[in-house]
Amino acid sequence: MNVRELTVAEAAKGLTSKKFSSVELTDGVLKLADGRKDATHAYVSIMSDQAMLQAEESDRRRSKGGAISDLDGVPIAIKDNILVAGQTATAASNILKDYVAPYDATVVGRLRLAGAVFVGKTNMDEFAMGSSCETSCHGPTRNPWAPEKIPGGSSGGSAAAVAEGTAIASLGSDTGGSIRQPAAMCGVVGLKPTYGRVSRYGLIAMASSLDQIGPIAKTVDDAALLLKTIEGPDGRDANGLPIPAEARLPEKITARAKGLRIGLPKEYFVGGMDAGVQKAVEEAIETLRGLGAEIKDISLPHAEHALAVYYVLMPSEVSANLARFDGVRYGLRVKGETLEDTYRKSRGRGFGREVRRRIMLGTYALSAGYYDAYYLKALKVRRLIANDFAQAFNEVDCILTPTSPTTAWNLGEKLDDPLSMYLADIYTVSVNVAGVPAISLPCGFSDGLPVGLQLIGRHFDENVILSIAKAYEQAADWRLARPLPSN
Amino acid sequence: MALTREDITHIAKLARLDVAEDEAEMFRNQLSSILEFVDKLSQAETDDVEPMNHVVPVHNAWREDKAEPCPAAMRDAVIAEFPEREGDLLKVKTVF
Repeated sequence: MNVRELTVAEAAKGLTSKKFSSVELTDGVLKLADGRKDATHAYVSIMSDQAMLQAEESDRRRSKGGAISDLDGVPIAIKDNILVAGQTATAASNILKDYVAPYDATVVGRLRLAGAVFVGKTNMDEFAMGSSCETSCHGPTRNPWAPEKIPGGSSGGSAAAVAEGTAIASLGSDTGGSIRQPAAMCGVVGLKPTYGRVSRYGLIAMASSLDQIGPIAKTVDDAALLLKTIEGPDGRDANGLPIPAEARLPEKITARAKGLRIGLPKEYFVGGMDAGVQKAVEEAIETLRGLGAEIKDISLPHAEHALAVYYVLMPSEVSANLARFDGVRYGLRVKGETLEDTYRKSRGRGFGREVRRRIMLGTYALSAGYYDAYYLKALKVRRLIANDFAQAFNEVDCILTPTSPTTAWNLGEKLDDPLSMYLADIYTVSVNVAGVPAISLPCGFSDGLPVGLQLIGRHFDENVILSIAKAYEQAADWRLARPLPSN
Repeated sequence: MALTREDITHIAKLARLDVAEDEAEMFRNQLSSILEFVDKLSQAETDDVEPMNHVVPVHNAWREDKAEPCPAAMRDAVIAEFPEREGDLLKVKTVF
């Protein structure tokens, strides 16, 4: 049993055939996680005792003839902005450093009901603000492929854990690319579901019209299984939508690219990406062509505005969502002379620079005299971007882009220049702006670092992007490359 | 859009955020660059375009107007997170 290599499907098979027990599997994963905690630092907190208890319960269930699901007894990691009852949920911020979650997020509850074992809470950028996992109050996570490189962000810990095997799969959150980009940087699969498909109850909110929780895993099948387990309305997310019958995921995803139309947005392929990234993506396109997909050039005319729309809407929503962190009911309280002083000191001390930067940006964009020029304008251009996608999906079934214009950069490289960090989100943000689903999957390497391919689908059409992704995955098989531990 | 130091002071007050003296200039520069970048939105043609608040149309997601009691364990967990308390009461600085 090589815990580093196992997929969820393989773990389920091994558990069913009694090749190993959940206790053995979980123990193996926990040992590896402990061993890698200084090298990679994927975890904020490792839940050893609770995990072993869950593993024992799973083995007991199985011996009585009743494994609940393919996730029963399988060790899963949860991003630290998703609440797991009784465990700290810090969102990688000093303002929540000791905050203990009073309830399970819906997605966690559903995984728990499926018998999953929780390894621990993974590291992230503070309040999910970042693309490098460097703004965390706990210190950065390192890319398992190269320890001097970033793992991507904001779900850097979740992606690194899956890549190095310290979790068989994980959950992350994605507001502007925070599942897909670290998945690409770490050479694993990351899926952002259609907005409204997965409940946000128990996710510490960043930008309410953009946030989605999604799976990070080694394979398309694993990602699909996790999505199936966590998705669906729960009566607690006011923007949760029932999943249309035709959009339900099948038992097994059918690998298929033949006869499907894949669009390449011409605005995305006019340079701006590293040569190594371009080469890997172009080879992937040829592979898909060889599998029978029809490749077409399409246009997303308002693509050039997507980043600006995102960097107005997101900070605006952030400024509202983070108003609750005021030192009053929970979290860090730094007592001031007056109530306002307490607010200002608690927030000033508790929030890191990137968080304060975005709150200020949003506050400005929403303030009197600027609301129309910034926030309202961005909402209008949002509709134009969403319309672009709707138009494109009249001609194609799936849109293909690189996930990121570069591979992983060096720790510290972009920290002093926030704008250069924001520009790295260029291929991912429009997906959240339009609310459509997208998956990132490994498509090769450039100078030894993973390159990710992004497939974007229509609302609720995860089936199609998963099918194409699976067909590509089987043909190209990059997932067999595992990072060597550098300890 | 170039921000002034007064702008930063004003925004920080609106957002109830302390900004240290040695940070104010850094934020002023960075926010000004970012705003300059997002200013290009003004070039987009949006004359007859409705603002898009919902990416997928959902309106009036009501639930029954029925009080749901809070489970005792959750209530205790929430109270345990109070930064300062007297019994089960949250203690705060005077509002007025």
